[in-house]
Amino acid sequence: MTFGPFLLLALMEGLVTAAVLALAASGLSLVFGVMRVVNVAHGAFYMLGAVLAWAVAQHVPGPAAIAFAAAIIVAPLVVGALAAATDGLILKRLNYDPEATIVATIGLLYMIEQATLSLYGPNANPVQAPFEWRIQLPWFGYSGYKLFVVLAACVVLLTLWAFITRTKAGLIMRATQVDRTTARSFGINVDRVYMGTFALGAGLAALAGVLIVPIQQAHYLMGGDTLLLSFIVVIIGGLGSLRGTLIAAIVIGLCDGVISMFFAPTLAKILATLLVAMVLVFRPQGLFGARS
Amino acid sequence: MKVWALHLALIAALFTAQFVLSPYHTTNLARIMVLAIFAMGYNLAFGYTGLLSLGHALLLGAGMYAAGLSAQLWGLAAGPALLVGTLAGGTMAAAVGLLALRTAGVSFMIVTLMFAQAGYLTILYFAPTTGGDEGFTVAAAGRTFAGFDLATDTPRFLSALALFAVGLLVSLALVRSPFGRTLVAMRENEERSRMLGYNPFAVKLAALTISGLYAGAAGAAYALLFGYVGASFATIQYSILPMLYVLLGGAGTTLGPFLGAALMFALIEVASGLTTAYLFFVGLALVALVLFAPKGILGTIRERWVKWLP
Repeated sequence: MTFGPFLLLALMEGLVTAAVLALAASGLSLVFGVMRVVNVAHGAFYMLGAVLAWAVAQHVPGPAAIAFAAAIIVAPLVVGALAAATDGLILKRLNYDPEATIVATIGLLYMIEQATLSLYGPNANPVQAPFEWRIQLPWFGYSGYKLFVVLAACVVLLTLWAFITRTKAGLIMRATQVDRTTARSFGINVDRVYMGTFALGAGLAALAGVLIVPIQQAHYLMGGDTLLLSFIVVIIGGLGSLRGTLIAAIVIGLCDGVISMFFAPTLAKILATLLVAMVLVFRPQGLFGARS
Repeated sequence: MKVWALHLALIAALFTAQFVLSPYHTTNLARIMVLAIFAMGYNLAFGYTGLLSLGHALLLGAGMYAAGLSAQLWGLAAGPALLVGTLAGGTMAAAVGLLALRTAGVSFMIVTLMFAQAGYLTILYFAPTTGGDEGFTVAAAGRTFAGFDLATDTPRFLSALALFAVGLLVSLALVRSPFGRTLVAMRENEERSRMLGYNPFAVKLAALTISGLYAGAAGAAYALLFGYVGASFATIQYSILPMLYVLLGGAGTTLGPFLGAALMFALIEVASGLTTAYLFFVGLALVALVLFAPKGILGTIRERWVKWLP
């Protein structure tokens, strides 16, 4: 292949990364924006989504499409319920103290990963894509499922945007984000908003996990890279702003696709992590400015 | 007076432990003491100064690789290699601190986490020199100190004990000094200490650098005493472990890091005999501590019964 088609392939791969990343990172951004909680276990929720998709696919007979449809509904709901329980049992008792919740979610990350290792095992398992369909471009064939992932992510994110800006529940969420004390004095049940937000954020991560699993196998340590990339996206994009998160996800996803195809991926990761650290040091107002 | 007596009694008890314990447990105790040095450094930053870092693995790794590589590439003996490792940890901490201390709270945690991640990836990137994921074993020539072979049980244990004793007594002297009080002042109320004429940035940078010296010494000691240098010591897990030790033993207590390291080591030892997923218990301990005992064991004891505990 010549350079042009090669770049096109890299960009398409990057678009898939960007789509999945946008889903996962918007969940992280939402949780930080509304609750001021940095959820280190976010990658674990993503991994759980993928592993649950595999588990559902094992138990649902019939064509792959039905199993996948079941997984895409069940996995986010289960993970969301788990997150809601976590919120009630752990985060609420810590009074959402930023530092204590980080330590607690680190503990949660270990527990989820290790429980998965015990129950699911150390192997990576594939899930069949709901449909086998290839687009034949003049230079190479491309999996239709990957384009479906991009499309699905767009639909979900549009729905999320409409939910936050156009519904009453979204309005209550934004009110809590701006000022939790005032929201409470206006009769908003802040505890329930927090629980719902945490569940929604985890559900988005799980959904991203379900979507990626036919492309990438389900493995108990798969959450680490996603967590790191989501952090990068959320920090570069600026917190609380869903739009910033989306733009950053697209930019970073595409860069990731291009860089990892043409350069050493380790070097790219080193530069990306250093970049994030520098953004936090020199432009904190974009991210945590409102808090300090 | 009784404070110093308590600390010296612990050191004496550890010295006699080598005659009682089996060689296997003696080696484990040496390992615990080295990890406790690391945790004591973490405690100075987190427990006393209130700097919650998620990147101390970078400092441990800096000490470990500086000592291991200088022994390996330039044939440095154990004494100078330890010094090089200690200084590497301190220098790295000062460099990170200069940038990271411009932030606070959650941002500080994430910045240190990112620096540590970059450091870990750098070790992997230079795999031809560092051995990458597999690491390398330190040659026997680099593991002799004053004619003693550090790979044998007794010199290894005594070296670990000596380092631990120095670390413990220095940290005790430090936290009882006026400088130690300044560290606590930073933790309790930074604005007020600024008004009293202290420079918070300089004090915190000093605390982080001292913490780095401890971490560097622990990393170097690990490389020289146990003969292995690997990238796994620079992973996020080794940033979490000292935090766990300190939280368990009691943040802001001089003996807490050792107690936490010993208890956690024992717990992991028991758990890994039962299941491969022993890290589950690390997670469980973190959540339980932060929920039910945020002051840790010695912190709670100090609050309830023994007020004079440092």
